[in-house]
Amino acid sequence: MSDAGIPAPEGPSALIETDYEIGQDNITAQIGPFGLDIHNPVFLISGLTAVAFVLLTLAFQEQAGPIFNSMREWLTSTFDWFFLLSANIFVLLCLFLIVSPYGKVRIGGKEATPDYSYSGWFAMLFAAGMGIGLMFYGVSEPISHFSSSVAEDAGTADSWAPLGGAAGDVVTARHLGMAATIFHWSLHPWAIYAVVALALALFAYNKGLPLTIRSIFYPIFGERTWGWPGHVIDVVAVFATLFGLATSLGFGAEQANAGLNHLFGLPVNDVSKVLLIVGITAIALGSVVAGLDAGVKRLSEINMILAALLLFFVLVVGPTWAILTGFFTNLYEYARYLPELSNPFGRTDDNFRDGWTSFYWAWWISWSPFVGMFIARISRGRTVREFLTCVLIIPSLVSVFWMTAFGGTAISQIVDNGYQVIVDAPLELKLFSMLEAMPLQAITSFIGIVLVIVFFVTSSDSGSLVIDTITAGGKVDAPTPQRVFWATFEGLVAIALLLGGGLGALQAMAVSTGFPFTIVLLLASFAIIKGLASEPR
Amino acid sequence: MYTKIMVPVDLAHVEKLERALDTAAKLSKLYNAPVAYVGVTAAAPGPLGHNAAEYAARLEAFAKDQGARHGISTQSRPVVSHDPAVDLSDALVEAVKTTGSDLVVMATHIPNVADHLWPSNGGRLATHTNASVFLVRS
Repeated sequence: MSDAGIPAPEGPSALIETDYEIGQDNITAQIGPFGLDIHNPVFLISGLTAVAFVLLTLAFQEQAGPIFNSMREWLTSTFDWFFLLSANIFVLLCLFLIVSPYGKVRIGGKEATPDYSYSGWFAMLFAAGMGIGLMFYGVSEPISHFSSSVAEDAGTADSWAPLGGAAGDVVTARHLGMAATIFHWSLHPWAIYAVVALALALFAYNKGLPLTIRSIFYPIFGERTWGWPGHVIDVVAVFATLFGLATSLGFGAEQANAGLNHLFGLPVNDVSKVLLIVGITAIALGSVVAGLDAGVKRLSEINMILAALLLFFVLVVGPTWAILTGFFTNLYEYARYLPELSNPFGRTDDNFRDGWTSFYWAWWISWSPFVGMFIARISRGRTVREFLTCVLIIPSLVSVFWMTAFGGTAISQIVDNGYQVIVDAPLELKLFSMLEAMPLQAITSFIGIVLVIVFFVTSSDSGSLVIDTITAGGKVDAPTPQRVFWATFEGLVAIALLLGGGLGALQAMAVSTGFPFTIVLLLASFAIIKGLASEPR
Repeated sequence: MYTKIMVPVDLAHVEKLERALDTAAKLSKLYNAPVAYVGVTAAAPGPLGHNAAEYAARLEAFAKDQGARHGISTQSRPVVSHDPAVDLSDALVEAVKTTGSDLVVMATHIPNVADHLWPSNGGRLATHTNASVFLVRS
């Protein structure tokens, strides 16, 4: 927080003149002791449809699951080429912007100064972007790709191996497994987030439009952005964020429960899971009430330190030399396989392309309104070049290193030491199985559990902040009880779905929103170029 | 007795501040102490400006208007916060120090249940600064 009053003049930037006044459609009211400042109709529609969807899913569980799942499968297999092609466009656009003269444009005006230090900024954007995923997939995904690639049936129609795999060839399968994992966790996902974040930051901080998803559409819809087309976009964004978070929270509680059972023998049942959701939501509420700086930022920084400690431990205690050289080998293999892995057309590895890559892209894209908007909120004062380097390149390198340390070590344990426990362990326990084969496993596993829980807290917290801003018409200073409402609502939806069933169904529904948002992102790419062209450099 | 008076203002709800503004102006004349109007804003666009600079200009115009209306010496002090909904109290505490005020005159609402959950800004100023705090019921 700045205590020196207004920073130096923000310098020239090209404001968009619009008749719309932020908050003009808002309803302010007093319900009991609590003040409200909400967008009409986005808040009500989002809240009511969310409740309706939860109730319908609970009432028609048997029908809902297959319907939503087949919708997701149909989208990711029919439009696989569209997801792959679009993601490639986002990566190329970001790389182009880094080297182009547009890279010099500063978010927030020519003379704006950064709101956050590099460490606080990076910790927050990384925690929001993929912290939790790296915990669960860091060990399991490299093993999956390695196992399917080296298997006898690699290359057949039933195989899930990337690019046909390398049946029986351990060395190639290992390279392919790591390259495929890195492909899913580095440039492409971060480029997806970066496009949304950059578009929003540019249109809010430089053009003066409200910090909400619909603002990206101003160059296309003009003043109609503030009417129904905009309402629909914002409602879908709230929807994707809310269900994405609530279902992840539900599954996360199941996974954390399994981890705690493995470590401390905590029974695996509904009571434990509900208590975990309540606990996570309670910490998130504390963090929400503490605000951006004292809440999310501090927790993200703590998590970064813990994650770094765990990474350092695996590096030192695990095969140090293999990890260090593996980092460069894997980078090279990633670059080598990248053209083939990202090719949308004429491929034969249907299972891998649709079931993994296309699914991942839809998933990242469905998260992009949330993560992108959060990154936008905290990125004022950075140049476009700085922004993209820190949102695209550095997180990608961190992902490569993380995957090499965790996935590479796990593959070594299997191949070199014949350690089969990891292969047999269920998804949520693979990380712990890997740590078990190393010293001090009680401590490292405990750190692992804490990391998982805190990453959930930061997601829930930043998600509530984002939903609140969207449903307040782009106002970032709406009354705090609204954020408390959304964080609580998320927890309740998670509990309802956990107990009543339907977590998988609604998650499939949330991932399906990746399809309409791919179109939003393509339009955002166009808006970025158009917006940057009018900015003083 | 007082050398500088600080008045926190929410430019979105000036109509609710009338009594506090009036009180501050009268005290200003009585003690010949200038008034600093402090407003807290986010850097993101809001109803009161596309950016912090626009907000600052608006606050300055407000301070000048108050000065002319009451015949007192005024100044404005915008404070940019990452999260104004939550960090308001801290921002005001900091502003008391940076403006060097020894009296804060601020409007307050009728207390309700929510005040037990969220501590009042006036209370926080009284406990965290050396200034006297004058809460004015609107």
